[in-house]
Amino acid sequence: MSAEIAPADAGAELTVAGVSKVYQVRRQERAPRTTVTAVDDVSFTIAPGAAIGLVGASGSGKSTLARLITGTQRPTSGSVTFGDVPVSRLRARGLRRLHARVQMVFQDPYGALNPLHTVEYTLMRPCQNFLGMSPGQARDRVGDLLATVGLVPAAQFAAKLPHQLSGGQRQRVVIARALACDPALIVADEPVSMLDVSLRAGVLELLAALRRERGLSLLYITHDLLSARVITDELLVLHRGRIVERGPTKQVMQHPRHSYTIQLLDAVANPFASPATKGTS
Amino acid sequence: MTLLEARGVNVSYVPARGQRIWAVRDVDLALEPGEFVGIVGESGCGKTTLGYALTRMLRPPARLDGGVITFDGTDIATLHGERLRRQRRGGFALVLQSGMNALNPVRTVQHQFADVLKAHVRPGDDVTRPGIARRATELLEAVRLDADVLRRFPHELSGGMRQRVSIGLALALQPRLVVFDEPTTALDLVVQQAVMQMIKDLQRDRGFTAVLISHDLGVVLEAADRVMVMYAGRIVEDQPAAALTRGPHHPYTEALLDCYADPRADVVQLAGIPGAPPDLSLPQTGCSFAPRCALAEEICAAQDPPLTPLGPGRAACHVRARRAPAAPSASAPRGAHAGREAGHVG
Repeated sequence: MSAEIAPADAGAELTVAGVSKVYQVRRQERAPRTTVTAVDDVSFTIAPGAAIGLVGASGSGKSTLARLITGTQRPTSGSVTFGDVPVSRLRARGLRRLHARVQMVFQDPYGALNPLHTVEYTLMRPCQNFLGMSPGQARDRVGDLLATVGLVPAAQFAAKLPHQLSGGQRQRVVIARALACDPALIVADEPVSMLDVSLRAGVLELLAALRRERGLSLLYITHDLLSARVITDELLVLHRGRIVERGPTKQVMQHPRHSYTIQLLDAVANPFASPATKGTS
Repeated sequence: MTLLEARGVNVSYVPARGQRIWAVRDVDLALEPGEFVGIVGESGCGKTTLGYALTRMLRPPARLDGGVITFDGTDIATLHGERLRRQRRGGFALVLQSGMNALNPVRTVQHQFADVLKAHVRPGDDVTRPGIARRATELLEAVRLDADVLRRFPHELSGGMRQRVSIGLALALQPRLVVFDEPTTALDLVVQQAVMQMIKDLQRDRGFTAVLISHDLGVVLEAADRVMVMYAGRIVEDQPAAALTRGPHHPYTEALLDCYADPRADVVQLAGIPGAPPDLSLPQTGCSFAPRCALAEEICAAQDPPLTPLGPGRAACHVRARRAPAAPSASAPRGAHAGREAGHVG
């Protein structure tokens, strides 16, 4: 871990209070508009340094919630605040300042990097944009960032284009980019679901280490309960836009109460449980 | 009698520019009638390419470089044109990863069934409109969809429904072998489970031979009777699913199993596999997994281990082959399989 990258500013708490998001949709051309409630009266907080898991199937509202938290969309009702910043009311300049402290890691490392830019360029941009660094300073920082995410020797990786990297390496670059401006909170939307199982543990371990060593808060969005179990302390189960179950991760998984949580747990592909379940089915 | 047998199958990609890639190397396998076989491996290991080779779906720049593929007694590796098409009818079918891309977006579901049924008319087949509607309705029922899906366009269906339609299409000509290439990967977890359960039920009820290609060992172990593990274009392990869970032979399989755990356990430890798979455009010396392997010895870097009988299956590993000599084939649950392999080697 590089000493030059200062620990993130601790102390900011994310509060999601009674948030709903309603989309107006038109199923067909000229058909009357109908509404879809993607997120329905959701409240939770992420304390500084905490790791919260948000699990649910597709369409449960996970990604909508991520967009509301990062301020890229506004809730229909309710509020999102980060420390004393009212995220849900921010406009352009305020959002820019917010994004220096709240960063996202996306699902698809193949789509999240510009194929025409080198790793160095991709990582220099946030340093220049958010931290006001000169190109020289930013270039120096790239080496530290790459070392932080385990891409060494850094000089060799800095010169590469995305297509020269494997999926796991690309996702590390995406994480390094999110870390570039020293955020206090990282919202990771399915960061390992596109990766081979053999590479997942490495990326999860990296996120856990960043949290441990830099006091980052983490909102980990996934449908994969196993990875949620490994890196989160608290779990929120989202179903049709509502939180149907919440609690300490281990407790929720060992003693699930809501039928939907049980359904999700049963859907986890588990090779060690298979001989038994095969016999009964 | 063996339904499909492949011997020495090699596939390479020969692009117009750039490096030739040896995607599948020296694959020998045999599929028995009614068997459910899984093929697993990481992305780029050649599992999809192998599935395409076995169903003769390879298109340039992919090239089948020799090898024999015998389907029901006929060598299909050398068939072309009309003779291959005739072999496909009632022979083998392929279900693709994304139902979205497999269906024609400007045709209703009924049209797509009509295309398949009319392309392979057998004497006595009723290919009138009502006849096709009746056959298609039966097939939709088999994949647990309502008959009114017939009038819909693919974009009006959910991902899970589209995948069910493409499975229905694959079953339309009553194939004896169906290759499922990542049939549930693009679907939501809960839908994924429902579609997998349906595939298992269809296979049991209709008795076709199924090959399930997936990157997810968990999914494969839940469905398949026998599992083949691929690494860097080769089959490195082939075992009955139950035996593989209890005692994987190849260190790669062992490492893959360590990537899974039960989220409900008291202590959950996830392991990964350090390093990355080799570049298949370069010639391989020694065992391809050796650079990532904890058990690697001198011989591993020098000699590529052959796939030899080991326990109830086969494995390609110098270290494990020495430590546990092959059990006599009589003790193997799949006696015919192990016996035939032994015969081939000897």
